[in-house]
Amino acid sequence: VRPFTYERATDAAGAVKAAAATPNAKFLAGGTNLLDLMKLEIEHPAHLIDVGRLPMAQVEDTPDGGLRIGAMATNSHVAADARVRSRYPVLTQAIVAGGSGQLRNKATTGGNLLQRTRCAYFYDTTKPCNKRQPGSGCGALEGLNRNSAIFGASHACIATHPSDMAVALAALDARIETLSPSGEARAFPIIELHRLPGETPDVETHLIPGELITAVVLPPPPKGGQAYRKVRDRASYSAGLASVAVVGGAVALGAVAHKPWRAVEAESALAAGASPAEAIAAELKAASDNGRNGFKINLVSRLVPAAVEEARQQGRGE
Amino acid sequence: LKTTITVNGEARELDVDPRTTLLDALRETLGLTGTKKGCDHGQCGACTVLVNGVRINSCLSLAVMHDGDAVTTIEGVGTVGKLSAIQQAFLTEDAFQCGYCTPGQICSALGMLQEVADNWPSQETGDLTAQIRLTDDELRERMSGNICRCSAYPQIVAAIKSVAGELA
Repeated sequence: VRPFTYERATDAAGAVKAAAATPNAKFLAGGTNLLDLMKLEIEHPAHLIDVGRLPMAQVEDTPDGGLRIGAMATNSHVAADARVRSRYPVLTQAIVAGGSGQLRNKATTGGNLLQRTRCAYFYDTTKPCNKRQPGSGCGALEGLNRNSAIFGASHACIATHPSDMAVALAALDARIETLSPSGEARAFPIIELHRLPGETPDVETHLIPGELITAVVLPPPPKGGQAYRKVRDRASYSAGLASVAVVGGAVALGAVAHKPWRAVEAESALAAGASPAEAIAAELKAASDNGRNGFKINLVSRLVPAAVEEARQQGRGE
Repeated sequence: LKTTITVNGEARELDVDPRTTLLDALRETLGLTGTKKGCDHGQCGACTVLVNGVRINSCLSLAVMHDGDAVTTIEGVGTVGKLSAIQQAFLTEDAFQCGYCTPGQICSALGMLQEVADNWPSQETGDLTAQIRLTDDELRERMSGNICRCSAYPQIVAAIKSVAGELA
């Protein structure tokens, strides 16, 4: 690990001020992803601003019947929250499908959203990777790309976003609240947080440098059932090959794109009365096969109808 | 950086490079070598300790992040002369071969049993609103962050079940 300086922030305003004042600074929350990447010398911040103890760990009711989840709430606490379990079960299911008990106890809501890809070429510093080292090329394009993106990839990058939690949040139409270095607060839909790779896969979000995620806000639970399904190589503690969150008529896919993927084509087809299988077939018209990841297309075509049926059954039971 | 961490009930003052993980601080600075370094990347669980009663991977945490925290390591769970119930259960059930993962397995199991007592769900939990019972499937799922390369898993499950009491 390369040397860095460390400070602990006492309030959010101080944290963003420190980030703006220090070159190559990073926020440190749970650290489960960032510290791992620093050991591998994939991340090398000069300064860490520890935001882990900022008073943003609460889950609170909002006046309109939704929930505000503080960015420092751990994954375990959010998954175990009684209101999340009864009103947003898809979120609990997605969170407990990710990582291990130890990791979920440390990982935060904000940090989970900003975790980096698990692409093997991003992790291997002896291989080219435009995300790790812009301009070096993409080793995955013609390499071992079994777990690469089938939607929205570019010739510069075919990595996927690994979060389970973010897939449920995308289907729930969650909003992200942030504080910018100038002290300005803003809020936007989660689907506008992450970017597609394009020519600059190293730029993964629309956050401005030094902007801090302070909360995730859930709207009141929509009508209809909810379901989360994940397929992976092991029964537990493994990144997904594909996952899907269904919330009423909303469908979001995980591990298939550079960001949580709202399946808007499938959603409109469902709304127009198509069967779940027809609906996901419409979405998959835009899917691409890079050689070894083509099986994901088949996987998604079966996974989504199963999840839609499960959600509909849940919805009928309400 | 000066940091005070209460380790196994005793306040310890450290002055460490910010790069020092909690794991290295425990092992190298404080000489508590019961906590093991396996993969050093959060994948194996050998470094699991309890921080304020909650299990975490000590390899993926900086010592300076834990100023004021209370850490329990395997040395705080029991001693050779006075084993805790779960340590005795691992012996009785023959729940290890080489023993390298055992301190992490035991600390993880203690944290896991508290999570079940607090009714935290896992991906094996069917009804998210009911009281959770620690079935074998629940137990295996909840312990998936701890790898045993000697593959003593059936005995580890038996050992943990034998101290789970009314949770199972």
